Amino acid sequence: MSLVVDSVRKRLGTYPALQGVSFTVPQGAFVALLGPSGSGKTTLLRILGGLEYPDDGAVRFADINWLTVPVRERRVGFVFQNYALFRHMTVARNIAFGLSVRPRKERPNRAEIARRVQELLALVQLDELGDRYPSQLSGGQSQRVALARALAIEPRMLLLDEPFGALDAKVRKELRGWLRALQERLGITTVFVTHDQEEAFALADLVVLMDKGKVEQFGTPAEVRRAPKTPFVQAFLDPMVN
Amino acid sequence: MTSIAPRATDDPPLVRACLIAVAALFIGVFLVLPLVVVFHEALSAGFAAAWGAIGEHDAIAAIRLTLIVTAIVLPLNVAFGVAAAWAVTKFDFAGKSILTTLIDLPFSVSPVVAGLTYALIFGLQGWLGPWLREHGIQILFALPAIVLATLFVSFSFVARELIPLMADQGRAEEEAAISLGASGWSTFWRVTLPNIKWGLLYGVLLCNARAMGEFGAVSVVSGHIRGRTNTMPLQIQALYDDYQYVSAFALASLLAMLALVTLALKSLLEWRYADEIAAVHRH
Repeated sequence: MSLVVDSVRKRLGTYPALQGVSFTVPQGAFVALLGPSGSGKTTLLRILGGLEYPDDGAVRFADINWLTVPVRERRVGFVFQNYALFRHMTVARNIAFGLSVRPRKERPNRAEIARRVQELLALVQLDELGDRYPSQLSGGQSQRVALARALAIEPRMLLLDEPFGALDAKVRKELRGWLRALQERLGITTVFVTHDQEEAFALADLVVLMDKGKVEQFGTPAEVRRAPKTPFVQAFLDPMVN
Repeated sequence: MTSIAPRATDDPPLVRACLIAVAALFIGVFLVLPLVVVFHEALSAGFAAAWGAIGEHDAIAAIRLTLIVTAIVLPLNVAFGVAAAWAVTKFDFAGKSILTTLIDLPFSVSPVVAGLTYALIFGLQGWLGPWLREHGIQILFALPAIVLATLFVSFSFVARELIPLMADQGRAEEEAAISLGASGWSTFWRVTLPNIKWGLLYGVLLCNARAMGEFGAVSVVSGHIRGRTNTMPLQIQALYDDYQYVSAFALASLLAMLALVTLALKSLLEWRYADEIAAVHRH
């Protein structure tokens, strides 16, 4: 019961975005994909989410060949960098979306959906904002709506692309602690992309440090910090030295 | 705020007055005056005469033909336009730039040339002419050719309106929708369409105006049979050539009125979704 990424390769046009990435994390882990821009971390996240397909390699999750599962059936909660909230829907309808597009047989009834939405709003501490539109929300609020929308489908895996990138430092710190606590409570395997090492080390159980489509180091934050494996990791962790 | 001193960015009063006068004169002479003349000529023999001219058998037939053609062309071009814009902006595929160029083709090809190609293909001496005649199918000088020619010239409007809008909106919302379990179909109906609806309506209005007003391409393929294959613009030309000025201008007024209604609707839409217009570049 784990997430196994095995020799994944992907070209975007002529650019080798991923050049054989491998690592294994246990179910329920909180994993950071850390690296500079162009390191392939977002591409890898999109492959896990089913929005891109690798040229080569394998991904197994909970003993399933993950790559053969269609996006719609993966049940991944994907939080996009700019949240990608549906701008013409209220917050409540955004959160309800994943439930309301289910096939008729599996779709909860209207009252049940409303109840679930209310639960999720409470979970992300936005009880009063169900009737707002995305344009009326602050960055931090949008972030939490995007998360609630992703959680509504009871995801098997949570994927977050630069989840705090667009937020100011204070909100970022608050949300970070809150997200970590929530993830521990729900126990969902979570992978998030960041270029911010402090954020990766503060949040993650495991860090995948990437550069130019390759894994430079994989381990717990303590291991990576204590014993940088390559000159790149050394330089990345301590840019002041060079 | 009541200072009478000119602001640093202002030109001298005389220059400003001249520029405003030139602009007003230009608009007056080239835009307003022709419209006024059309309506004035139409009503020169009184309202009853103009109304009577519109009620003539051939005029009614022309109006009906124009409406039928538009009713066929508009839904088709909306479907084509949305499909083309959706394909170009939400997917990557080989030949995409060729498709984008093709979408612009009706804008760059003269309508008369477009009409001639249909005549060349479907005419009696054309490629398909003999075969069509054998099977008793009439395309040229009949409704099918008029519809085809109109389809061609008004094809680009919806797609051209939607492509910049949809390109600007990106794919993130669609990706969010499918990752939440939505099918392609419900992603389109629930996410894409609501986001483009105002732009789409705007494109439909432009397409409609062009479809009703097209002269060149339709002129080549229609055969100019009064009461049968003359659309409104063709009928106006025919009446004008016969020195039936009141009738010609009465029908022209009706077409001009359509343009004015379209313009009013367009302004209403622009006012209604001013924010979106500000976000996306627009002509």
